[in-house]
Amino acid sequence: MTRRVSTSPLAPRRSPVLTVLMALFLVYTLVPLVWLILSATKTQADLFSSPGLWVGDQFAFFSNIRETLTYRDGIFLRWLANTLLYVVVGAGGATLLATAAGYGLAKYRFPGRRVVFAVILGAVAVPGTALAVPTFLMFSNMGLTNTVWAIIIPSLISPFGLYLMWVYAADAVPDELLEAARIDGAGEVRIFFTVVLRLLAPGIVTVLLFAVVSTWNNYFLPLIMLSEPKLYPLTVGLTQWSAQATGANAQPVYNLVVTGSLLTIAPLVIAFILLQRFWQSGLSAGSVKQ
Amino acid sequence: MAVKGGGTVSQGVTQLERRGETRGGARSPVPGRRWSRSDTKGWIFVGPFLAVFALTFLAPIGYAAYLSLFRAQAFFGTTEFVGLDNYVDVFTDDKFWDGSLRVVLFLVVQVPIMLGLALVAALVIDSARLYASSFFRLVIFLPYAVPGVVAVLMWGFMYGTNFGLAADLNDLFGTSIAPLSKNWMLASIANIVTWEFVGYNMLIFYSALRTVPDDIYEAAALDGAGALRTVLSIKIPALRGAILIATIFSIIGTFQLFNEPNILRTLEPNVITTYYTPNLYAYNLSFGGQQYNYSATVAIVMGLLTAVIAYAVQLRGTREAMK
Repeated sequence: MTRRVSTSPLAPRRSPVLTVLMALFLVYTLVPLVWLILSATKTQADLFSSPGLWVGDQFAFFSNIRETLTYRDGIFLRWLANTLLYVVVGAGGATLLATAAGYGLAKYRFPGRRVVFAVILGAVAVPGTALAVPTFLMFSNMGLTNTVWAIIIPSLISPFGLYLMWVYAADAVPDELLEAARIDGAGEVRIFFTVVLRLLAPGIVTVLLFAVVSTWNNYFLPLIMLSEPKLYPLTVGLTQWSAQATGANAQPVYNLVVTGSLLTIAPLVIAFILLQRFWQSGLSAGSVKQ
Repeated sequence: MAVKGGGTVSQGVTQLERRGETRGGARSPVPGRRWSRSDTKGWIFVGPFLAVFALTFLAPIGYAAYLSLFRAQAFFGTTEFVGLDNYVDVFTDDKFWDGSLRVVLFLVVQVPIMLGLALVAALVIDSARLYASSFFRLVIFLPYAVPGVVAVLMWGFMYGTNFGLAADLNDLFGTSIAPLSKNWMLASIANIVTWEFVGYNMLIFYSALRTVPDDIYEAAALDGAGALRTVLSIKIPALRGAILIATIFSIIGTFQLFNEPNILRTLEPNVITTYYTPNLYAYNLSFGGQQYNYSATVAIVMGLLTAVIAYAVQLRGTREAMK
């Protein structure tokens, strides 16, 4: 199959009409993000008094950031550190497990492989959130709730990552190369770490990026597993700040919620922009096989 | 929406398996010898994943099934075996059906709109008739990188009639639409979900379009096919698999609807009930009402319903592909 290099075979004329229509789409995509950036520059009073898509009377961006980072003894930084821990261990572990398993399923015809298919296939049809409550009860019996493990262990499984690596490894790792390495006397594990990982690198970056997004964005799991605010990731912490605007002892900190939200999305958005070459090629590798 | 990417595997796996069958060389090379020694070593790589998978997927499913057969006794703090009574209760529970119907309504309205927009965007970007098409592709995808929680917080603020954009727009047009009121809430949630995932689905469609070989387009052009004809006769059929997968994703995601209503509930507790979606219901039963057994039953029924509908769509989709 020849892959298309140019976007189109006959390079039709560019259309201003289509470009304008798509620009409307772009506006829809960008308005919330522009609103967020503008709002992060406003004081709480300006948030109420100025138009949503315009600047406020004062430029409070830096004082907002300072306040966000120091509010309640700097709990935001603690949440950031927690999120990083969950992402590094959870998403990193998920990528390693998915890569090894995807490679194993693609390159070895071992007994029981069909059972593995059937089991993963059946279990994945069950919605993840339907599992959350039973997982909580089970972890609670095991004494794991309200510890970092309650977040990390479930993050270690990425069925999507397994699927992507499986498809990717089937084509990216030549059987002849494995045979040659075996003849040279290398063990299977050593072959995996010295030869295979390098060949799978583009696929690994894609899987890692998507695992990072899902752990960074994880909300439901930490919400039910954790009751100690010191263990919260950013997502749960931000909703807690947001929720304190209502109720009996309302202490609205809208400006901090807005600024904290901006600080939360910035790393991921930047990572996606910088790494677009990797994830775009990785995703198309996955879709070729569908 | 929690794991909008969860369901992809089943589809791909069956197809991959089928592919493996046809590629004879990949099976054991010597006839008569069933498994070579190195083949068994595949377990080294698959084993760790399976062990964690068993702990985080299989064990909770089993535990939920076990819990659903019991019921807490009011005064003794113990549980008694009640067979399928909890299931009977779920099926006659108005709150459960209220949430389920809301999710189904969401499914039949929001999912076609979102996937339709994604499809059009992918076709336009692929058509090469756009200025700066790679910029469009990147920006439209970006909301996917925004945590769902932040997306809901942002839109929640913007929906506000005090200092949100809704207030500005109402002033501008002299209207008084309150996006967070009872009549508009579901549409407002649908908008948030669409904003979050339209770019992701666009990218799935776009990636699939890129795999159509050039010669097919050249042949179509030689036959005098115009742009519209090419879209209808080549591109849409080529996208069938991707559309099917995106639909199944979206069905699973919709049935899991939780983050958006749960966060918006802090803004409008009177509009969003504790059983607004089945998932919210299961959550509130557990963490608001300590009704763990009943909650587990709701979770299992929802899981089964989702699996049945996703499976039916997949079956229908593959049957149509065979035609």
